[in-house]
Amino acid sequence: MGRKILFVTTDQQRYDTLGCNGGTLARTPVVDRLAADGIRYTRAVPQSVVCMPSRSTIVTGQHPSTHGVWMNGVALPVDAPSVAAELHRAGYRTALVGKAHFEPFIDPFGRFTENLLAGGEAETAQTAWADGTIGPHRGFDHLEFAAHGAVGMLHYARWIAVNHPEASGMYYAAVDAALNVNSAGGGDTDAPQVKVNPIPREWYHTEWVADRTIAWLDSLAADDDWFCWMSFPDPHHPWDPPEAEMERIDWRDVPLPAGYPTDRAEREAILDAKPRHWRQWYDGTLVSNYEAPRGWVPASLTDDQVREVNARNAVECELIDEALGRVLAAIEARGWGDDVDVIFTTDHGELQGDFGLLFKGPYHVDALMRLPLVWRPAPSAGVAPAVIDQPVGLIDLAPTFAAIAGLPARDWMHGHTLPADAAEVAARPVEHVLTEWDSELFGVGVYLRTITRPGWVCTAYKPGYVHDGTEGELYDLEHDPLQRTNLWDDPGYASIRSDLLAELHDHEPPVHQPRLELDAPV
Amino acid sequence: MASVRRTVQIHRPPEDVWAHIGDPASIATWFPGIEAATVEGTRRVITTRSGLPIPEVIVTHDDLQRRFQYRLDLPLVSSHLGTIDVIGLEDGSSLVVYSTDCEPDPLAIVIGGATGGALAEIRRQLEPRTGGAA
Repeated sequence: MGRKILFVTTDQQRYDTLGCNGGTLARTPVVDRLAADGIRYTRAVPQSVVCMPSRSTIVTGQHPSTHGVWMNGVALPVDAPSVAAELHRAGYRTALVGKAHFEPFIDPFGRFTENLLAGGEAETAQTAWADGTIGPHRGFDHLEFAAHGAVGMLHYARWIAVNHPEASGMYYAAVDAALNVNSAGGGDTDAPQVKVNPIPREWYHTEWVADRTIAWLDSLAADDDWFCWMSFPDPHHPWDPPEAEMERIDWRDVPLPAGYPTDRAEREAILDAKPRHWRQWYDGTLVSNYEAPRGWVPASLTDDQVREVNARNAVECELIDEALGRVLAAIEARGWGDDVDVIFTTDHGELQGDFGLLFKGPYHVDALMRLPLVWRPAPSAGVAPAVIDQPVGLIDLAPTFAAIAGLPARDWMHGHTLPADAAEVAARPVEHVLTEWDSELFGVGVYLRTITRPGWVCTAYKPGYVHDGTEGELYDLEHDPLQRTNLWDDPGYASIRSDLLAELHDHEPPVHQPRLELDAPV
Repeated sequence: MASVRRTVQIHRPPEDVWAHIGDPASIATWFPGIEAATVEGTRRVITTRSGLPIPEVIVTHDDLQRRFQYRLDLPLVSSHLGTIDVIGLEDGSSLVVYSTDCEPDPLAIVIGGATGGALAEIRRQLEPRTGGAA
């Protein structure tokens, strides 16, 4: 019997929303305890700052260039490598409960397995694997899906439709009648993607994900080895937690985030020192990411809207923490507590007011790039608690799961096992982590390549709709933790910039051929 | 208005390709995600795998040019034109071009993605040994 793995992801959660990372708004005692007992990473970096490429990196252990999911709406091929398939082959029971999003959501033709599974009786589907054999879809022998609301084809939406049909209209409508991401405001401040949601907490998707995870765990034999990816859709917008839970935090009391320059002139001067698409989005003249509502102009963002968004986001984080606590209690009740590794992270961050912006896009700064990551090894493994400051990536998760299961990392996994102590940090073959952005939306192409090293983050822009290929960003993470001063053109940092770019270009990942097509906006 | 164009080269003469896809009622046999199609005059109704019926208006059905054009007739869709062209190439093969011009814009991406799947399926059916993506 091996170590079991509970892999917990949230969606679009900032590093500073956890108490263990210095957050003061949301109370997250469950994750804080895992961090105290395990390993907390202070510089975990995604390989993409949007969902589908980042989640594809988690399951394949590859950069977006290599697995081919270069932007949201590009489906991960069904025969892509999968660490879940490796674990399944080794005898693990494997499940993914919650948000998958390896395949597009908007799918009127029913082309994608994730969208069809809920309509059938099967727990999963049999599909091709990377080695040509046929097995459970992406290696998961149990799949139950949820997204950010109760509309659509996934399991949670169908559960609401059957059991609580009156709740389906309680959520914010994530897209409008024209299939654009909704810009309608709500709440007390008319903030975009905010809604007062009267749904009872027990019907909310966070509770459903925890309930279904517990139900799957309860179906297992005591001596099963298992890998369970519990994937919460929150705190990704829309920000519409159960309204009864908003009693926890009065948004009027929420301090403005450090990353939000309250003085408009200062804010706009900071944006003007960055590549031009920053200011263009702020002014509403360029939208390069589908998930940024086209009808919303960031320059209209008010202090109170930032407060309300952060309050609702914090409540969602607290609900996740409490749901995780329920699952951990269920694991203890099964007698598995000493043998379960728990890894908690997210797919990417959220601007949440930084620079006067919300949501996400081609902006490789800490708001989107610095992620919560906690690994609490199974107590039976006897791993000492630690804090690791070395940059690590979500690309490192697949080989880490393999290592926990006692399996070798496969050669298609391009990351490295997460370091558990200083000696393992020193033994890592690379010090950097890479992040990519490619997007082509209605004729607007934006392409970024970023390297994160201890103390530095450097982004090079490829030629595109608004960039000529000479632009970039360089930040000193130690002296400029809010990334307000772009050193790209500062002659005093030319040598550092040159070294970082050389390392970036020397380690460009293999490129998937042929280039995969965009199948949906998200 | 957004415009999406997908193409595929098929190593079969254009008349063979057109014979395979030129009948508007045949679409369910080569368009993944479309389960059924009925045609009455210039009206076609397709039903998707998710159970969604979509009425369409046939705009052009030209066997000489090997061109087929249609419009979606849905309240959600303010404007749409789908165009399939089968073009003979000098080497005797065919270039199939499937264009989608649509408003609202996001729908063009969704339909365009599905047309890419259709072109791949047409090639798979007509070139069973090679298959391949569009």
